[in-house]
Amino acid sequence: MKVLVPVKRVIDYNVKVRVKADGTGVDLANVKMSMNPFDEIAVEQAIRLKEAGQAEEIVAVSIGVKQAQETLRTALAMGADRAILVVASDDVHKDIEPLAVAKILKAIVDEEQPGLVLCGKQAIDNDMNATGQMLSALMGWSQATFASEIAIEGDKAKVTREVDGGLQTIEVTMPTVVTVDLRLNEPRYASLPNIMKAKKKPLDEKTAEDYGVDVSNRLEIVKTVEPAERAAGIKVGSVDELVAKLKEVGAV
Amino acid sequence: MAVLLIAEISDGELSMDATAKAVAAAKALGDVTVLAAGSSAAAAGEAASKIDGVSKVLVAEDPMLGHRLAEATAALIVSLAGDYEHIVAPATTDAKNVMPRVAALLDVMVISDASGVVDADTFERPIYAGNAVQTVKSNDAKKVITFRTSTFDAAGEGGSASVETISAAENPGLSTWVEDKVAESDRPELTSAGVVVSGGRGVGSEEDFALIEKLADKLGAAVGASRAAVDSGYAPNDWQVGQTGKVVAPDLYVAVGISGAIQHLAGMKDSKIIVAINKDEESPIFQVADYGLVADLFDAVPELIEKL
Repeated sequence: MKVLVPVKRVIDYNVKVRVKADGTGVDLANVKMSMNPFDEIAVEQAIRLKEAGQAEEIVAVSIGVKQAQETLRTALAMGADRAILVVASDDVHKDIEPLAVAKILKAIVDEEQPGLVLCGKQAIDNDMNATGQMLSALMGWSQATFASEIAIEGDKAKVTREVDGGLQTIEVTMPTVVTVDLRLNEPRYASLPNIMKAKKKPLDEKTAEDYGVDVSNRLEIVKTVEPAERAAGIKVGSVDELVAKLKEVGAV
Repeated sequence: MAVLLIAEISDGELSMDATAKAVAAAKALGDVTVLAAGSSAAAAGEAASKIDGVSKVLVAEDPMLGHRLAEATAALIVSLAGDYEHIVAPATTDAKNVMPRVAALLDVMVISDASGVVDADTFERPIYAGNAVQTVKSNDAKKVITFRTSTFDAAGEGGSASVETISAAENPGLSTWVEDKVAESDRPELTSAGVVVSGGRGVGSEEDFALIEKLADKLGAAVGASRAAVDSGYAPNDWQVGQTGKVVAPDLYVAVGISGAIQHLAGMKDSKIIVAINKDEESPIFQVADYGLVADLFDAVPELIEKL
């Protein structure tokens, strides 16, 4: 079985984001960028499937600016076998919407015929939580979102999902799209020899036009603002004082 | 303008809080029709018909709609979509599973986690874990939206909408339900609780998390946890408050042993009153807390339980 793993280049999760003065978005020029943390979990899971003999080949895909090549090299260094870069913009500030990403991924899935697509459940930049579900819809496949456990048995996958009340286990027909949640695994770090080896692994470069997909936005950005600041309150010196304050404002 | 609103239902019961908050958000967009779908949904549909602002309820009962499996539920919603400009739901895990699928089938973008309605095409939503708020205007003919319930007040009760029974769409037959593992609890539900007590990495172990639960029970509160506490295995993931967990806005939020990472603040900073107990006075949590107590939680929490 071939496994396809889409990965996104996003602002590093440790970086404090700053809204651009013109309100068009968040400043991404000259800030540290990394692989979306949920996508790292997806790459890790694909590698574990390969190590368990359930997958033969792992193809990592990234759609965005040319610099997403670095994100793909990270996936290759972790253990993906080859990569496809789809350049869909030359502006680092343009976020390709999940619907357009899903359409490009569909074209790649049609070509590559993977048995499984493993995605992160959401990207930590636009927080949309949509690409996996949209790809599954366009393919007419089953979907299993927010996975914390995946077991593949023949042409079915048993997936445990993180849902509001607790956990839900479902069985889906393969091929399928699984989006992964935090507790599925802990991604490995790429070792230096593997980082060196990754430089020699194949990386195909394509464009959105190659797949005939229009990447213009459906959602027009009107403005972007900093959230309302919450002012710090006071420090209390003791539990007694805390209880008194809470009683004073009627909170307890 | 007509709105189709997907009611939040689990095990045949309407989640009134989430559904009524979504109704409050959707009312501004037009006439609200509620879809109650499930293996048993009639009682939930009946309950939804009493929410103020609901003009009609559609009840679809079918075993294949049980457990809100995405493929069958999305197929049903798409079969009804022709009559509506807006298709909306509260941003629960069920809706986050189903609605992007609906949007893709309709060839429109989804607007996830909307926190504000500007007009029928324009919505506010938090991005970057709530570190920025973006206003987006949809150019799609139909809008598929999930509403972040913590930012809307629930619509009241007293309505009397008509209830109509409809049939499910064809079963795509792609997935089956195996089991649910739902933690049984007498505590209030996390996203609708008036008081939330959360523990962080500072709690130190799964055993010591019982102290957080004890304080919560004293306050009649729901129990939450930071991502660090969940990652460390001290608390289950469905207790997680933050960007990657639940977003809450209770009247009182008590953060114990939580440093206050951005990702956690994103999930609780709209709470009315925030109390922080942490032994490190430099913790960022104190920058958002109304009342901060710099103390060892193992001294302060038992004392607090005793004195409340």
